[in-house]
Amino acid sequence: MDELIKLHAATYKELLKNYMNTQDERALYGVEKVSKAFIKENILPEEIVNLHIDAMEEVSTNLNKDYKHSMNFLLEAMISYGLAMQEIQMLREEKHVLESEISVAASMQETLLGTTKPSIEGLDIGVISVPAHQMNGDYHHFIKGTDGSLGIAIADVIGKGIPAALCMSMIKYAMDSYPEESMSPKSILKNLNRVVERNVDPSMFITMCYAQYIPSEQKLRYSSAGHEPGYYYCAKNDTFKEIKAKGLVLGVSPDTEYKEYELIIEKNDMIILLTDGVTECRDGERFIESQEILSIIRKYAYLPAQEMVDNVYKHFERLQDFQLRDDFTLLILRKKV
Amino acid sequence: MKPQACVNIHKEWDIVGARQLGREMAKDLGFGTVDQARIATAVSELARNIYLYAEQGQICFEIIDTIERRGLCMIAVDSGPGIADISQVMQDGFTTSGGLGAGLPGVKRLMDEFDIRSEVGEGTKIKATKWIR
Repeated sequence: MDELIKLHAATYKELLKNYMNTQDERALYGVEKVSKAFIKENILPEEIVNLHIDAMEEVSTNLNKDYKHSMNFLLEAMISYGLAMQEIQMLREEKHVLESEISVAASMQETLLGTTKPSIEGLDIGVISVPAHQMNGDYHHFIKGTDGSLGIAIADVIGKGIPAALCMSMIKYAMDSYPEESMSPKSILKNLNRVVERNVDPSMFITMCYAQYIPSEQKLRYSSAGHEPGYYYCAKNDTFKEIKAKGLVLGVSPDTEYKEYELIIEKNDMIILLTDGVTECRDGERFIESQEILSIIRKYAYLPAQEMVDNVYKHFERLQDFQLRDDFTLLILRKKV
Repeated sequence: MKPQACVNIHKEWDIVGARQLGREMAKDLGFGTVDQARIATAVSELARNIYLYAEQGQICFEIIDTIERRGLCMIAVDSGPGIADISQVMQDGFTTSGGLGAGLPGVKRLMDEFDIRSEVGEGTKIKATKWIR
């Protein structure tokens, strides 16, 4: 570092001499560059003041006493700035370490919670889930039953970031441990509720909707634990209807029972499941209306389901200046035949 | 290595006296202007800690002059409340200064060597040394 200081010091002196004689803008541009080099090498402000004092001694022969004292005074005033600069540098490095730890955790989470979108005859599925920060507190999962049915879980932890993400891993492993057959939406929620109640801090809440599509009966069975499931699009009438379901959020009381609902699905009908990261998108300070979401979905309804959800996400990402406030998950099922 | 000069700290004005003594010794030893200012700031920080938290204590300066190297060592001793969690006070951003770069991490940066011992209810002893480059 000392060698570098000497090199920059020489340049500084040269530029200063030049400026004293000419007051030329080029010298000022030069010192801007030297100054950046100093910052890059973590040269502290008191060292620069000292460099200036030395340089002036060489450049000028008639420096007066007052000037010299004043420069020493300035140097003294710079010491605390130098310390603050070093502290910030250290905090910046620590932040960097934390960020890379979180990004490892985030990719681990992706692997742990990963679910593949199944292909089911006669069903077009689109899904997108984007975290507001690095880790996702939303969760969705597909379970393809041996009887041809499709189970869909969608959940949201109140809160976001790392604690929310840790919670979701638990949900996923609890669900994995259930035998896939004989699990109806209401019994899945009932079981998960017990797991959450026992294992999660009371200040954390998880809302969840579990839906099961049974192709042979053209039927969707679903239950909700405090989760606004989303919307149902009826192709015959060309209308959207809110899917209504009542149920207590997971983890509040150990013996909660859940109600199960049914919906008959016909050709070109759509089921739209989402989390509140979608419904609570904001345009400036204003929450968007559900009509807005539906009109955007309608706008892209001519596309395949995956392109639909991608485009809807892009629309709201843009509306929120590319800064999501909450994790965003949107899932669309369309019956093709 | 033997103690060469000490300053008692019990009122704010004593901080100035300690700074001055530290600076003069540093100057006599041949430290440059920047290091003199750094040493004075470190003295200031240690003396202010004594004044604020321990009410009474002492800062002593020793000149270290061996064949290999020369430097100035300062030892701040107080019989104040002591520090329960040293790791915490040595953390950046923790200090009561509200992250202005000062505090004990600041002293550590200003000096080349830094050591702290503290017992709750008994007091704190901090030793810091700067070498002439």
